[in-house]
Amino acid sequence: MSETILEVRHLSKSFGEHEVLKDIDFTVRTGDVTSIIGASGSGKSTLLRCINLLETPTSGQILFHGQEVTGKGVNPSRYRSKVGMVFQSFNLFNNMTVLDNCMVGQVKVLKKSREEARENAMKYLDQVGMTPYIKAKPRQISGGQKQRVAIARALAMEPEVLLFDEPTSALDPEMVGEVLSVMRDLARNGMTMLVVTHEMAFARDVSSHVVFMSDGVICEQGDPQQVFSNPQQQRTRDFLSRFMEH
Amino acid sequence: MDKFIELGQDMAALWMQYWDRYLVGIRSTLILAVVATLIGCVIGLLCGILNTIPYTKNDSLPKRFVLRLIRVIVRIYVEVFRGTPMVLQAVFIYYGLPYFTNQQIMFRGNSGLWLAAIIVVSINTGAYMAESVRGGIISIDPGQTEGAKAIGMTHVQTMTSVILPQAFRNILPQIGNNFIINIKDTSVMFIIGFIEFFGQHRNIVGNNNMYFQSAAIEMIGYLTMTLIASFLLRRLEKWLDGNSSYELVQDDALTLSAGTYTHPGKGTPFDERNLEKTLDAEQRERQRQELKHGRSRGER
Ligand SMILES: Nc1ncnc2c1ncn2[C@@H]1O[C@H](COP(=O)(O)OP(=O)(O)OP(=O)(O)O)[C@@H](O)[C@H]1O
Ligand SMILES: [Mg+2]
Repeated sequence: MSETILEVRHLSKSFGEHEVLKDIDFTVRTGDVTSIIGASGSGKSTLLRCINLLETPTSGQILFHGQEVTGKGVNPSRYRSKVGMVFQSFNLFNNMTVLDNCMVGQVKVLKKSREEARENAMKYLDQVGMTPYIKAKPRQISGGQKQRVAIARALAMEPEVLLFDEPTSALDPEMVGEVLSVMRDLARNGMTMLVVTHEMAFARDVSSHVVFMSDGVICEQGDPQQVFSNPQQQRTRDFLSRFMEH
Repeated sequence: MDKFIELGQDMAALWMQYWDRYLVGIRSTLILAVVATLIGCVIGLLCGILNTIPYTKNDSLPKRFVLRLIRVIVRIYVEVFRGTPMVLQAVFIYYGLPYFTNQQIMFRGNSGLWLAAIIVVSINTGAYMAESVRGGIISIDPGQTEGAKAIGMTHVQTMTSVILPQAFRNILPQIGNNFIINIKDTSVMFIIGFIEFFGQHRNIVGNNNMYFQSAAIEMIGYLTMTLIASFLLRRLEKWLDGNSSYELVQDDALTLSAGTYTHPGKGTPFDERNLEKTLDAEQRERQRQELKHGRSRGER
């Protein structure tokens, strides 16, 4: 049994009156690939953003290696450097080249030397097939390429968990494949990943655990075979049948 | 036509007689404009940065109070110095400071004049730049900040490495605009007896009554300065934007063709899309437009 890396306990989040997450509970173990699925507005992004402390949870706990991350002793920046995030809209630094995008965090946050950072960045850029473009600026490359660079940028920090928020939703259909295949490779190599996605095939075939969210609660979770072929909840069945139609 | 020839002859005569004084004036104007624009940018940068330090309801009360207070102070500074003529600000600082401090602070002699002039123009420029910098910072897509936070960068690191370089590029036209305005508007410093290009004109025509002819020389002088400034600024912008093409780095000669790859403004309709933030995006776009068309300091 592998080690528990991340635990979410009774997590709730409200924006004003609007309770977006209600009593969320789940656990991520080292090497897990957890897919979070659910309808638009069900709180998937908010959950990921809470885990990465981009949003402050209203109540509940997030434990990283058993330590509460909103606790006094934890430096949010240090914690974030260990939990990578890949965004739907890439969020590459527009003022930097592809290579600098992958180096800046290592140099500024991890205090690595430029040589070491460059070598490491090149390793991950190679892994996502972007070495030819290291001198390009983000505005000069395609969406799929941007997302691959964003993945390399996150990997270069050598995080223990990688969060993906709909990494392929902003991409033209012909670019979705290249990003998913990079993610498949990561999963195969044992990366711990938490993926919000509308790519049901990916969720079914790649993940080790599926979480279905509906209206801010976890409606159903389990291994993908069970959730996809034998969903227990009516809402899960409705959601999946809508997806299987097209 | 005769009039023009006569004017030309008078101007030539004036120039031959007083060219050294005009040139000294031009030098003072340029030094004052450059120094005050630079200091003004620093002031504006500080105000803009202080003004955009984020705080949330969860921050401690003292922190929120201090940040609030800073915003109020910056607001007052900006409104006061944007809302009053620089001519009067000069009088207030040059004569007012000694008056209110019982002559403790005095602007003595020539260096005192320079100091007062630099202070006035810098503070004035700073008030305009504070707004531009603030606009420049909030016009940057919040995704940039989130991307930086997500790899563990602190607020200061995010600002210095990601936000400010982009904001600086966005407000560069505003800095240029302020510089050009300063070249012209430093002329009001005659009020405290600071002699720059326009001050020299006043002295020269005091001797010979060739008002109009000397003013023509001034016009040409100012226009030359501002045109050169515009030209240099545009070169700077071009240079900062860099090449629109980039080199493909080859590690596998078989799969990649040689040469430079041009991909100007390549993007998909989905680029920078952020459905959850459409409203914000509109606001930012408006900010960007305002920055571009320089709404802020044309009317003085
Ligand atoms: N900053 C915010 N302020 C107020 N409400 C918000 C904010 N962010 C999200 N919400 C609300 O929270 C709810 C959940 O949003 P969230 O983005 O987490 O959904 P999602 O499951 O990621 O949806 P999608 O699949 O469309 O990305 C929505 O109703 C949204 O309007
Ligand atoms: Mg979302």
